[in-house]
Amino acid sequence: MWRRCAVSCRADRVGLGPVGLWSYHAAIGARPGRPEGGPVSDPIPMVDYLVLGGDPHLVAHECTSCGARFFDRRNACASCGAVDSFSSVDIPTAGEVRAFTIVKSWTGGDDYVPAVVDCGGTSVRGQIVNTPPDPEHVKLGMKVRLTTYSIGADSTGTEAITYGFEPA
Amino acid sequence: MANDDIWILGINMTKFGKHPDSDVVDLAADAALAALADGGVTIQDMGVLAAGNLMGAAAGLGQQLQKQIGQTGIPVYNVANACATGATALRTVIMAVKSGECDMGLAVGVEKLSGAGMLGAGFGAAKSEEWTRAGRHGTVSGFEGKLGTDMMPGVFAQVGMEYLHAHPYDGAEFELFARISAKNHFNSTMNPLAAIQKDMSVEQIMNEPMIAYPNTRAMCSANSDGAAAAVVVSGAKLRTLSAEQQRRAVKVSASVLTSDPYQEACQILPDVNTLTRRAAIQAYEAAGIGPADLDLVELHDCFATAELVHYDNLMLCPEGDAVAWFEAGNAHRDGSTPVNVSGGLESKGHPIAATGIANIWEICHHLRGEAGARQIPDAKVGLAHVIGLGSACGVHILERSGL
Repeated sequence: MWRRCAVSCRADRVGLGPVGLWSYHAAIGARPGRPEGGPVSDPIPMVDYLVLGGDPHLVAHECTSCGARFFDRRNACASCGAVDSFSSVDIPTAGEVRAFTIVKSWTGGDDYVPAVVDCGGTSVRGQIVNTPPDPEHVKLGMKVRLTTYSIGADSTGTEAITYGFEPA
Repeated sequence: MANDDIWILGINMTKFGKHPDSDVVDLAADAALAALADGGVTIQDMGVLAAGNLMGAAAGLGQQLQKQIGQTGIPVYNVANACATGATALRTVIMAVKSGECDMGLAVGVEKLSGAGMLGAGFGAAKSEEWTRAGRHGTVSGFEGKLGTDMMPGVFAQVGMEYLHAHPYDGAEFELFARISAKNHFNSTMNPLAAIQKDMSVEQIMNEPMIAYPNTRAMCSANSDGAAAAVVVSGAKLRTLSAEQQRRAVKVSASVLTSDPYQEACQILPDVNTLTRRAAIQAYEAAGIGPADLDLVELHDCFATAELVHYDNLMLCPEGDAVAWFEAGNAHRDGSTPVNVSGGLESKGHPIAATGIANIWEICHHLRGEAGARQIPDAKVGLAHVIGLGSACGVHILERSGL
């Protein structure tokens, strides 16, 4: 049911500015849309802290003062209060499930497995994928790795890519 | 009683459940007038009013309530603090009385939630023609089902599961949480104000529709309508009131409100633990008592998975030992520290802004010896805890008057 993302994105490893990859895509004209019959646009990440490409991974803002990490923008560090002092840091793609739930879908869709994954000391929010959504297959402490998949294409044919974690 | 002691003079909660013929102002007025009557005072005696209604936070419940029960021109604080809204309203009045600005005040919390469904989910707007980035994560779609869940049953399921990861448990996790829920549902059979009064077996609870593993429907707080109100009085003023008012008054030995301090994972999964433990430590210190002195506890079991972690956060058990502590029967109504003898939010119901005062009402009821069939014998000290995601935690320790 889950597709692995096999596409590459040239925006790989562009530093996260205020609008992250979006500004890059806009700058190179890869988004939005394409001329009739032209090449299909590069896929875009569902969130701006997901970096696509051959080695998909997450990027966080790290406080240069205390090392606290945030996936969204902060005016100052929530941990130590240092103002406007962040650098980008790649998050390990291997992790361990520290908490999970299995949400029953009431709309006819598949049940899904939200989880907290400890990726080398950084907690990441995501879903466990590529394994049946039941407590026989999803376990506390299980080793997982980051994977990506499409959540669909828009009217221009551009696919949006999200990430999840699959059993390692 | 010392002049600057704080007391609950009168308190009331409506029945929780469905009130199709009452709006929030009606329900708030019912609870407020009943709390005033319970304390033997009137709205004319009140020097401050704090009112909470989370879902209608912009509407100004306090002033609307005044128009129903008496416009006396006193200062009104309309408060909103997630599921801690009721406790925050109460604490606002306590602070006003403690400051000496007035000697009596009224706190009210009310919510209409029947049929509200699951709270918190962010499915996002319908998909637009072209992906468009929005919000602080530059997302092109709602997170729900694509990058985790913000629905409360799933959030709190993870909170409980995280505890079992940090403190590994060999048994069946699903059944463990169902047993916690069964305790509360049993307790509800003795509480006529509970929204749902139905004794349920562990098996019945596990066979209820699954909402977010391991929380089935019976392990989730019941969305319901309801209101609760409390009259706060200073020790100095209470001394001028009747012997009967002094006898029934309940001492507020600690009133604490905390927010969540930074923790590594709190950006990912709300940390309901650290701020609760901090609030508990502050409260025990202020009251000069310890967890072993508590005769009963009403804690925020918005989901069965949440109750477990708060045994530990409130230090009812040795650190890391919540499962064994529960399994030894300590939390049952005949145990060492009965927890949620009201039936808890899983059966009593959880009209959000009312909850933080209704928990206090439950404790007061026992300390006054007025709890009927579910009375905890000779209860002298109780603790009420609520938590609102975001987060806010209220802890109150209450003691019977001894007069």
